[in-house]
Amino acid sequence: MQYIEQIIFVLTLGVALYFFYKKISKIRSNILLGKDEIINDQKAERWKVMAKVALGQSKMVVRPIAGFFHILIYIGFVLINIEVLEIIIDGVAGTHRSLSFLGSIYNIAIGFFEILAVLVLIACVVFLARRFIIKIPRFHSPEMKGWATQDATYILIIEIILMVALLKMNAVDQLLQSRGADHYLAAGSFPVSQFLTGFFSSYDTSTLIVFERVFWWFHILGILFFMNYVPYSKHLHIFLAFPNTWYSRLKPSGEFGNMPEITNEVNLMLDPSKADPNMPPPEKFGVNDVTDLSWKNILDAYSCTECGRCTSACPANITGKKLSPRKVMMDTRDRAEELGKVKDQNGTDYHDGKSLHDLISQEELLACTTCNACVEACPININPVEIIFGMRQYQTLEKSAMPSEWAMMNNNIENNQAPWQFSPTDRANWSKEI
Amino acid sequence: MSEQISVPTVSELLAKGEKPDILFWVGCAGSFDERAQKVTKAFVKILHHVGLKYAILGTEESCTGDPAKRAGNEFLFQMQAMANIATLNAYKISKIVTTCPHCFNTIKNEYPSLGGNYEVIHHTQLLQELIDKGKLTFGEEPFKGRKITYHDSCYLGRANGVYDAPRKILEALDAELVEMKRCRKNGLCCGAGGAQMFKDAEQGNKEINIERTEEAIDTGAEIISANCPFCTTMIKDGVKHAEKEDKVEVLDLAELVAQAKDL
Repeated sequence: MQYIEQIIFVLTLGVALYFFYKKISKIRSNILLGKDEIINDQKAERWKVMAKVALGQSKMVVRPIAGFFHILIYIGFVLINIEVLEIIIDGVAGTHRSLSFLGSIYNIAIGFFEILAVLVLIACVVFLARRFIIKIPRFHSPEMKGWATQDATYILIIEIILMVALLKMNAVDQLLQSRGADHYLAAGSFPVSQFLTGFFSSYDTSTLIVFERVFWWFHILGILFFMNYVPYSKHLHIFLAFPNTWYSRLKPSGEFGNMPEITNEVNLMLDPSKADPNMPPPEKFGVNDVTDLSWKNILDAYSCTECGRCTSACPANITGKKLSPRKVMMDTRDRAEELGKVKDQNGTDYHDGKSLHDLISQEELLACTTCNACVEACPININPVEIIFGMRQYQTLEKSAMPSEWAMMNNNIENNQAPWQFSPTDRANWSKEI
Repeated sequence: MSEQISVPTVSELLAKGEKPDILFWVGCAGSFDERAQKVTKAFVKILHHVGLKYAILGTEESCTGDPAKRAGNEFLFQMQAMANIATLNAYKISKIVTTCPHCFNTIKNEYPSLGGNYEVIHHTQLLQELIDKGKLTFGEEPFKGRKITYHDSCYLGRANGVYDAPRKILEALDAELVEMKRCRKNGLCCGAGGAQMFKDAEQGNKEINIERTEEAIDTGAEIISANCPFCTTMIKDGVKHAEKEDKVEVLDLAELVAQAKDL
C-alpha cells in the first residue's frame, strides 16, 4: 500500500513537471517570435537592478499598502515553498518530515512557516477586499472584465485554500504526534495550528491518519496545480519578474532608438559615402505584429501581472482617453499567444493575416504623450511606450495614417525647419528685440 | 535694463576667428512662439550678464526632429538630425545648452548614434551651475517667502533624471517651494509631449493640462514654475481655463532668475 502511494506520487509529480515544462517551452518560443536583440551589456548594473527591483521589491513599496501586503505574499511564497522540498522527498521516499533531523532549526522553520501562512492568508483577504469591497478603480477598467478579474480572483482563492490546507495538515499531524501514532515522529512547532487541533481531537487515530493524508495530498496537488496554472495566468510574473528586470532598458527613458535601416536610407540620400550599399532595403517600418517587436517587449507582456499601476499613472487614461498601457501589454501577450497557436497548427512560416493593430486602435496609440509615467510606475520595469511608439511608426511610415495636424506639422518641419509655418529666415528675429 | 544686447551667431564669431564656449540651441518654440521668446530673451540676458562666451546658430538652426520622431516619422527625424549634426560638426561645437527639454533630450540622447556627440545641458542645469559657482547671486531676495510650485517636465525629469537643478534655483531665489503631490518621478505630464502639442487630444473627459493645472493651483502657489516652452503654454492655458490669470503666474525658471536680477 505504501509503495503504491509513492508510485502515484512520483507519477503525479512527473506529469505535473512535464506539462509545466511543455507550457514554459511554448511561452519561450512565443517570446522568441519577437525580433532578435542582444541585451547583455552592463552586467553588474543588470544584476543590481534585478536585486533591487525584483528581489528587493523597491518599486512595489512606492504604494505602501499594496507593497506591504505583496511583500507578505512574496516572502510567504518563497519561504513556504522550501517546505515543498521536504514534501517531495517524503512523497518519493515514503518518509514523514524527512528534514526533521535538522532539529531545532527545523522546528523554528516550521513554526515560522505557520506564521507566514497566516500573514499570506490575511494579505489575500486584504487583496480580495481591495478588489471587490473597496473597488479600487484600476481593478475595474474595461480591460479587466472577464478572464482578467476571474484569474486574479482564482489565484487569491487558491492561495487561501493552500494556506488553510497547510495549517490543517499541521493540526492533524501534531495530534498524531502527541498520540504517538506509528510513523508520525515528533517534529516541528505549531504556533498557529495548535489552535486548530480542537476540530479534529474527537476523531480516532486511524481517521486522523486518513485526514492527514488527505490534507497532505491536497497541499501537494494544490501546489502542482498552481504550478501548472501560473503559466496560463497573469501570475507568471512570479518567475518572469527576475529575467524581466535583468533585461531592463538601462538607457535614459527619453531615448527612443533610432532605426538603423532608416539611417542607411537617409545616408544614401544625403551622404552615400556613409551608407552601406549592401544593406537590403527594409521590408517594413515600425511594428505591425508581435513579430516586429523585440523579444524583450513580448517578455514584458508575459511578465505583466495586470496590476494597472501604469494605467493609473497614465495622463491620457486619467483624463478619460481610451489608451491604457496595461491593455497594450495584455493585447501584446494575447496576440503572441494567438500567433503562437496558429503557427503550431500551420507551421512556423504561416501567418494568419491578423496583426497587433486589430487589438490596439489608432485612437489608443495617438493618445500617448510618451511621458514614460507608465514605465516609472511599473513594479518590474515593463515598457509599454516602446510598443506604442513602434506601432505609431508603422501607422505613420507604412500607412500614412495620422491626424491631418501631424501631416501639416511634418510638412512644416520639412519646408520651414520648424513645426509651425514660419519662415526659416525669421528664426533669429527675436534676437533683434532685446 | 536698457543696454542693447547683440546676440552673436556662430558664423559671426567664426568670421572673427572665434568659437563660442557654449552654443545656445534656441529651439523652434524659443525662436517663434511669442510666449517662449520671452524665456529665450530672459536666458540670453542672463548669459550676457554672467559674461559667458555663447552664440546661437541663428537661421542655420533647424528643428531637432523631436516632434516628427514622436509622431512616428523616423525618416523626417533622421533627415533633420543629420542636417543639424552636419552644421554642428562643421562648427566643431562641443557644448550645447538649450531652454527646451525636448531639444535637450533629442540632441543628448538620440544624436550620438547618428554621429552627433556633444555635451548637452538644459538651461536649468547651467543656471544651477552658475549659482553654485557664485557667478549668479541674489542679494535682495525678491522671491522671499513667495509660494512657488514647480512642474517637472517629462523630458527633463523622468526621461533624463534631472529633478534637483531646477529646485536648487528656487532655493537660491529664497522662494517657498510647495510641491504638488505628483512631482519628481511621479510628475504628471502637461499633455504636450509626444507631438501632442501639434494636434488635438483624443476623446476623453478632461484635458490633461487642466488636470495638471488644477493640481498646481491647489498648492496655493502664486507662481507655477516650469522648464519647458510647451509645459509653459499648456499650464498657462490651464490657468486661463480656471480663470486664475490674475492670481497665478506661469514662469520659466530663466524668467524667475532674470526677474530676480532685474535683467
